[in-house]
Amino acid sequence: MDYFAQQLINGLVLGSIYGLIAIGYTMVYGIVGMINFAHGDIFMIGGFIALITFLILVSFGLTAIPLILLVVLLVSMAITALYGWTVERIAYRPLRHSFRLAPMLSAIGMSFVLSNYSQVTQGARVKPVPPIITGGYTLHEGPEGFIVQLSNVQIIVVVTTIVLLALFTWLVSSTRLGRDMRACSQDQTMASLLGVDVDRTISMTFVIGAALAAVAGMMYLLYYGLVDFFMGFVAGIKAFTAAVLGGIGSLPGAMLGGLLIGLIETLWSAYFSVEYKDVAAFSILIVVLIFLPTGLLGRPEVEKV
Amino acid sequence: MDGRSVSAPPAAQTSRAPGAAFILKKALISAFVALVLFSLMIGVRTEAGPQGQLVYWTRFDDLAVMVAAVFGGSILVELLRRWWGPVDTVRVVPPSVQSALSLARRLVAPVLLVFTFLVPVLFYNERYILDLAILVLTYVMLGWGLNVVVGLAGLLDLGYVAFYAVGAYSYALLATNFGLSFWICLPLAGILAAFWGVLLGFPVLRLRGDYLAIVTLAFGEIIRLVLINWQTLTGGPNGVTGIPRPTLFGIPLTPADDGLAALLGIEFSPTHRIVFLFYIILALALLTNWVTIRLRRLPLGRAWEALREDEVACRALGINTTTTKLTAFATGALFGGLAGAFFATRQGFISPESFTFHESALVLAIVVLGGMGSQLGVALAALAMIGGFELFRGFDQYRMLVFGMAMVLLMIWRPRGLVGHRAPTVFLKHSQAISSDLVKEGHG
Repeated sequence: MDYFAQQLINGLVLGSIYGLIAIGYTMVYGIVGMINFAHGDIFMIGGFIALITFLILVSFGLTAIPLILLVVLLVSMAITALYGWTVERIAYRPLRHSFRLAPMLSAIGMSFVLSNYSQVTQGARVKPVPPIITGGYTLHEGPEGFIVQLSNVQIIVVVTTIVLLALFTWLVSSTRLGRDMRACSQDQTMASLLGVDVDRTISMTFVIGAALAAVAGMMYLLYYGLVDFFMGFVAGIKAFTAAVLGGIGSLPGAMLGGLLIGLIETLWSAYFSVEYKDVAAFSILIVVLIFLPTGLLGRPEVEKV
Repeated sequence: MDGRSVSAPPAAQTSRAPGAAFILKKALISAFVALVLFSLMIGVRTEAGPQGQLVYWTRFDDLAVMVAAVFGGSILVELLRRWWGPVDTVRVVPPSVQSALSLARRLVAPVLLVFTFLVPVLFYNERYILDLAILVLTYVMLGWGLNVVVGLAGLLDLGYVAFYAVGAYSYALLATNFGLSFWICLPLAGILAAFWGVLLGFPVLRLRGDYLAIVTLAFGEIIRLVLINWQTLTGGPNGVTGIPRPTLFGIPLTPADDGLAALLGIEFSPTHRIVFLFYIILALALLTNWVTIRLRRLPLGRAWEALREDEVACRALGINTTTTKLTAFATGALFGGLAGAFFATRQGFISPESFTFHESALVLAIVVLGGMGSQLGVALAALAMIGGFELFRGFDQYRMLVFGMAMVLLMIWRPRGLVGHRAPTVFLKHSQAISSDLVKEGHG
């Protein structure tokens, strides 16, 4: 039971990270109707920028951990958001009215560019960081000495996720930008006729998605203590699975899907086999798409001729 | 940065040719964006130090060079665009040039075929070129195989490498465990791969478009992960070694006494085997091409093309989309499996590393670049892609960077591929000049 509780905690933390990435997929899919294949690599870039900012701050003699974390968070969100904007501008915007496969292929190309770019600029080796936040709470001590722990890092990851999710739900539901985004996702032509700047709204969608991916990247760095140039691919597919599981286009759905994928992956590794955890995640993707194509919270798509 | 904005401000529309100030401003903005983007990723380099502690050093000179390059590149692109004029301008080609072009178009396939047949004769002493030619032909075959699924049936398959892997491992395991010969295993590998194609086809029958793409991608990854982790069968990351070479009707191409060279009474040379392999893959590729062309004329092939254009209309016309999709997957997978078996026998060693998503993307890029459905286009695209990779051999670490950028630029420049127009192959009475650009893409 204790073991299960510990795995539950780990799964929820991992799921929060997936959920943050999944929001980027789901928002872009909701508006532009394409799978932003490069999103996983944007997440990886976010992790790298967080790492570099952290190193620079520490070398300047900054020791106040909360201040460091805040600066790292803001810098990596800002720069990664610019990456998201640039990717949209270079690779997707010229293709918006092209044939259907074009943006997908362009996105695959962009994904290669981004992962190879960080391989070339930062080297292929895994970058480890010493634990930045240590300590935690012992929730329960079992009779056989098994301790259920909730570490401070885990608290930070979950709390940050909840705060950001609340912030972005508010943004989408109650601001001008959010209204524009929802309008564009329903009908771009109509929205532009009614004075919505479609280009700007789509750009902002990518910016917000990338900023959230940057947060996920930083959380990943804090939680696992390493980044490498290849981590975006698998994390990206899993986050996409999460977005599909939750119902693509739905913000709470993405978070729910992320949590479920995180839980399933952690529990699978804990009780079955670590080697096949990715196989489990990918199989879920296939099973969900076959039996539940609209996801848990998604609305069915009407097929028009 | 150089995207064409769809709703351009009125000022930009009235002045077709932007002034120097505009260009400069645009370049400055691009350079600034580049400065922010590259500031940390290029300006700072991190590496694990000797004690495992991360250290970093700055590379401001590289950063400056990159930012300057973006600035200059932006000006250059803008000037080029000015020189080239608006994108949708119709360019008038003189009739003489047109007729010459159409003649060249008709001649290029036979000339290429004859040249390919002569490659081992012309370059007998150039081992490097022969190896490269075999590689190109392998990708031509893979491209033609995937073309059935993507180009003809319009099913976006991002996991094609899975069938390549199934074929390669089928041959490798059958040959090393049971000692079966290449010529027995080749059809077996194809059948097994086709079986896996059907297996993948069944669950994804209801999916369309992007969802289909992502499921096939997941399928490809699952196959690769199973190959890595099922150590007792596949040898895990170490792969399978000692895969036997193909024989000519049971005669091995070795320096041994019963080898081909000894039987013919000529001096043995390792090039014999390379030439032999070259003709095997050429035959396999031509088989793929021939079957595809024949299938296109059958009702089945027409159903594929109809499915590509509009799935709903297809169903309304009474075409059985289930069998249509499954046969497309199976046919594509069959050729992938045959190519895989050839790959295994050529390399003599296979490991899961050869079957990553990059391979799928590369083959897909070949098909798309070739114009989705054009056999000749796919062959030329494979030549261009693999040849291009060879040119960049010296810059191996930048390979994927260039490949990715090329994919993005090609999609922007010519989303329909270099050669292709997806015109239907059958038509009533006369061919109407409706290119697929005018037709709404089906959702399949």
